[in-house]
Amino acid sequence: MVELLHNLLFDYTLRTVALGAAVLGVSSGILGAFAVLRGQSLLGDALSHAALPGVALTFLWGGTKDPLFLAMGAAISGWLGILWIQSVTRYTRVKFDTALAIVLSVFFGGGMVVLTFIQRLPTASKAGLDQFLFGQAAGMIMSDVAVMATLGGAAVALVLILWKEFKLLCFDASFGRSIGLPMVRLDLLLTTLLVVAIVIGLKTVGVILMSALIVAPGAAARQWTDRLGVMVALSAGFAVVAGVIGAALSSTAARLPTGPMIVVCLSTIVLVSLFLAPRRGIAWRWLRAQHAGRRLRMERVFADLYELSRQHEDPMHAHDLATLHAMQAHPAGVLDNLRKLEEQGWAHEVEPQRWALTDRGLEHTHELERGNRVANLGKET
Amino acid sequence: MNDAALEIQDLTVAYRNTPVLWDIDLDVPFGTLAAIVGPNGAGKTTLIKAVQGLVRPAAGNILVFGKPYRAQRALVGYVPQRGSVDWDFPTNVLDVVLMGLYGRIGWFKRPGGQQRKRALAAIEQVGMLSCASRQISQLSGGQQQRVFLARALVQDAQLYLMDEPFQGVDATTEKAIVALLKHMKSDGKTVIAVHHDLQTVQAYFDWVTLLNVRKMAAGPVDEVFTPENLHQTYGGGVAGPGSQLAEIDDPGDRG
Repeated sequence: MVELLHNLLFDYTLRTVALGAAVLGVSSGILGAFAVLRGQSLLGDALSHAALPGVALTFLWGGTKDPLFLAMGAAISGWLGILWIQSVTRYTRVKFDTALAIVLSVFFGGGMVVLTFIQRLPTASKAGLDQFLFGQAAGMIMSDVAVMATLGGAAVALVLILWKEFKLLCFDASFGRSIGLPMVRLDLLLTTLLVVAIVIGLKTVGVILMSALIVAPGAAARQWTDRLGVMVALSAGFAVVAGVIGAALSSTAARLPTGPMIVVCLSTIVLVSLFLAPRRGIAWRWLRAQHAGRRLRMERVFADLYELSRQHEDPMHAHDLATLHAMQAHPAGVLDNLRKLEEQGWAHEVEPQRWALTDRGLEHTHELERGNRVANLGKET
Repeated sequence: MNDAALEIQDLTVAYRNTPVLWDIDLDVPFGTLAAIVGPNGAGKTTLIKAVQGLVRPAAGNILVFGKPYRAQRALVGYVPQRGSVDWDFPTNVLDVVLMGLYGRIGWFKRPGGQQRKRALAAIEQVGMLSCASRQISQLSGGQQQRVFLARALVQDAQLYLMDEPFQGVDATTEKAIVALLKHMKSDGKTVIAVHHDLQTVQAYFDWVTLLNVRKMAAGPVDEVFTPENLHQTYGGGVAGPGSQLAEIDDPGDRG
């Protein structure tokens, strides 16, 4: 671990890889957050698969593996995928998910055919093209990083410049149109930026798993915050962390494909977020439910005590524990709940086994009568 | 007609082969609270959207204060159906209301203190000031509706188009919205609202359009909101105004 950290800083190869993965993480995390909010998680998957024939055909046509050149091919191919999906949903009765599935499988299938054809060619330069399937960070050089940083930086800059317009697009596009903003063009632009973010990561993460880098950071980030800015920043942060760790691990001795490594790191982040995030996390909700349940049980005992007190002229009259037991289906917890009520200052043990309301308790009953307590309980959770 | 806030001429809208609105001619006079009433599928929402160019009409002409909508956009405020957005979106009340000013703030700029002040004033007008920084996912249906109203209020428009502002709101909110509408009217605003509850049309509105793909009737509530016209619009089985006997619970059930 220490060695890996040392290498991250001083080993040229590893440093390049980590830098590239970080650049990739920023752009895919930011654009992925928007994709998740727009309910377009699957679009990312379709687009990354749709980029494969672009990569293969550009290589076949140009005979070079120049990163910018291949990225262009991938982007054009991904773009055609979008157009296809949009026109199929607009002009036919085929639904969005079906259109996605069609584009994903047709483009990916076509890409695989071309890729297989290339593998049989006698040229030497074909080596490494199959890395586009699962990704390989190890071979990354500074010029790759420069291309990634330029494209990614431009995409991120546009998101920041058009922040409020994109926010409105995601939240309420038809209202945006009603105030005169060109929502259709903004939609196309944001989707295009998503294509850019995907294209940047293709060689490192691979077409098959690239969508994980789009969807997972956004989904995890949503768990931790209710503010768009924080969510987008967190999403970028998660993607950077997962990207750097995944790429670094894969480029060390084991020579594992980078895509799966990054996905493993991301999955950890997502799982932790789904379980532990405050308010939205499963564990947190469970604890809240437990807490609310305990409180309700306590209040039922309290309500019983109040019920008894109303039947007496003196509301502070003490009542037998046995009577309170008889009023509950599960008498076992009654005494515990009475002690909790005592801690709250709502009830007290006048003499052994005999309990009564306190002044504060009586006050609290008025709140209960208005139903405030119960109504609030429902809202807090 | 010079005193019309909204003039619609020969408007026809079709989804694929089915006409949703057929040859609508409609003038809504300046300064009225106008209801659009009709069964489900009558094209009420489509009419509101067509006015703003959100759906493309097959034919027709729409004038807002005498000029085409595109030239008058800044004079029109919009309250979409509450259910049309994802209320789990990560943002708060103030932020949503500020969206009403996005058209005016201009490209690339962020809302500033001035805009924030205006948004807070609108939030206060709908009685939500204590919730200004609340997460929108924590709002009740009535509060969501008020947020949308506040967002329209900051637009400071002359003509307001509202899509079912009373849909699924609590009694308190309903009263608050009615008070707000009356206040807007006294400020000289024109409000056109899609409305579902026939029992309250007379109490809340002074102008009504009965719509069922075609315009069945339009005019002052006193003159137009008659049992005969309602019968014609809903195809029978609907209680007339003031009647206690509703033969169908929800006039919209016709589908």
